[in-house]
Amino acid sequence: MTVALFAKNLYKSYAGQAVVDNVSLAIRKGECFGLLGPNGAGKTTTLRLMLGLIAPDSGELSLLGHTVPQHAREARLRVGVVPQMDNLDPDFTVAENLLVYGRYFGLGDAAIEARLPELLEFANLAQKRDVKIPTLSGGMKRRLTLARALVNAPDIIFLDEPTTGLDPQARHLIWQRLRELTAQGKTLLLTTHFMDEAERLCHRLAILDHGRIVAQDSPHGLIAKHIEPQVVEVFGEGVALWAQEHAAHYAKRFEVSGETAFCYVGDAQPLLAHLQGYGALRYLYRPANLEDVFLKLTGRELRE
Amino acid sequence: MVEMSKSHFSLPRLSLRFIPIWRRHFLVWRKVAATSILGHLADPIIYLLGLGYGLGSLLPELGGTSYMVFLAAGTVCYGTMNSASFEALYSGFSRMHEQRTWDAILNTPVTLDDVVLAEILWAASKSLLSGMAVLLVIWLLGLSHSPLTLWLIPLALLVGLCFASVGLIMTALAPGYDFFMYYFTLVITPMMLLCGVFFPVAQLPPAWQTVSAILPLSHAVDIARPLMNGALPPDVLLHVGVLSGYAMFGFYMSMVLFRRRLSK
Repeated sequence: MTVALFAKNLYKSYAGQAVVDNVSLAIRKGECFGLLGPNGAGKTTTLRLMLGLIAPDSGELSLLGHTVPQHAREARLRVGVVPQMDNLDPDFTVAENLLVYGRYFGLGDAAIEARLPELLEFANLAQKRDVKIPTLSGGMKRRLTLARALVNAPDIIFLDEPTTGLDPQARHLIWQRLRELTAQGKTLLLTTHFMDEAERLCHRLAILDHGRIVAQDSPHGLIAKHIEPQVVEVFGEGVALWAQEHAAHYAKRFEVSGETAFCYVGDAQPLLAHLQGYGALRYLYRPANLEDVFLKLTGRELRE
Repeated sequence: MVEMSKSHFSLPRLSLRFIPIWRRHFLVWRKVAATSILGHLADPIIYLLGLGYGLGSLLPELGGTSYMVFLAAGTVCYGTMNSASFEALYSGFSRMHEQRTWDAILNTPVTLDDVVLAEILWAASKSLLSGMAVLLVIWLLGLSHSPLTLWLIPLALLVGLCFASVGLIMTALAPGYDFFMYYFTLVITPMMLLCGVFFPVAQLPPAWQTVSAILPLSHAVDIARPLMNGALPPDVLLHVGVLSGYAMFGFYMSMVLFRRRLSK
């Protein structure tokens, strides 16, 4: 079996409103697959469907060879989950959290105890073993949640926005750990709305919007397929006027958002030469990235 | 508004996977065990001594026993009712909604049915503890010497199962903690007054006696009171049946409502 998770035409609606709309994807064993989307795109609902916590209105789903939701329980034996919101047991110590969680998988206390040092080491929490949860920092709680998801030595790990709310140091440590897991051959499915996170970690990505997959490829594939390779961001006073008069001449495609004009170009040189002679404006020249793809596919308007 | 789906109405599927969840609740409790046990002991002592001596000295004997003994039987029942109700409503809601403990558990090979069963059994365990504490007080105060009072222990468990299950219906419906005020003010407190805890049901107007007869707490009191006097309760099967019926109804209803609530 080379496919860890297979979904075909998954559909789920609430009160007549499609939340997950014909989602099909196949996640290979050992790959890190990202589910990207703005808030409310249906990422969490998709994860809940895949875990068999809710039943789809229609569609097929198989997780680690088990039909879901019918055999979700058997599948979840081999799955680890890092939820979006921390739900560690605040009354317990770090070690007790792992112990109690392991029992839900039917593991014996001795088996869990034997795994504890390794899990604590992985989470950089060896020193915090007997500390209660409320005294941990946000980053420590996330790492513990990640360690907790590994207590049953899962084959696939679901991570719902694993670094939301963390400072850069804490994020980098989580990323490092996730790369270690991929190196160990674990399959990861992660949702995020951080493009740099997706670009760094994921082998393949699906961009989800309004419950539909609007694109699916490797990060580089997405950039190559959907967007011009170079971006010049032009900003400063009078940028709107400048864009109106000149942007179309130099850029295949441009967008003005607030005080910035985003110019997407194949070759940036003519535009840069023009801008150098145009004193009032400043600019930033960079290669196109996933965020450009994301904004192109899902639009710039605010999602709340 | 979440629609109801047919799958919400299927019967609860029971398994032994509730055990690790029960153990989790127990481990949390163990950390505050001393305070908790002290509370379970102090509460009935204060009520029995306060009301029993104070009010009891003004009253004639009720059915051949002192008011203290009369009240003690009621105290076992309402004490266990309260324990299970508080656990199922406030603590249960905290685990489901506030701390999201349920969410964490449901990501493992455990189902909602297991989680709800564990809630009921845990709340009933708290009732059992509370019942044993009251029984200890009864023995210490010498209010009864009958070995039949040992039957109060399984009764406490049954009352716990009953009120935990019924209470979870409220937990499943609650938007927040304030909601529970309705249940305690409109259900639990009237039940305490209508079901013969503090005075005999026969003192009530006939219409209210009919109401009392369908309330679960009355049936618990009807079992407990004869036991205190060393007598076997008449119609015990009826009383056990009613309490079990409420327990099963509550389990099923709360299960349906939790499935609906958590299907989002």
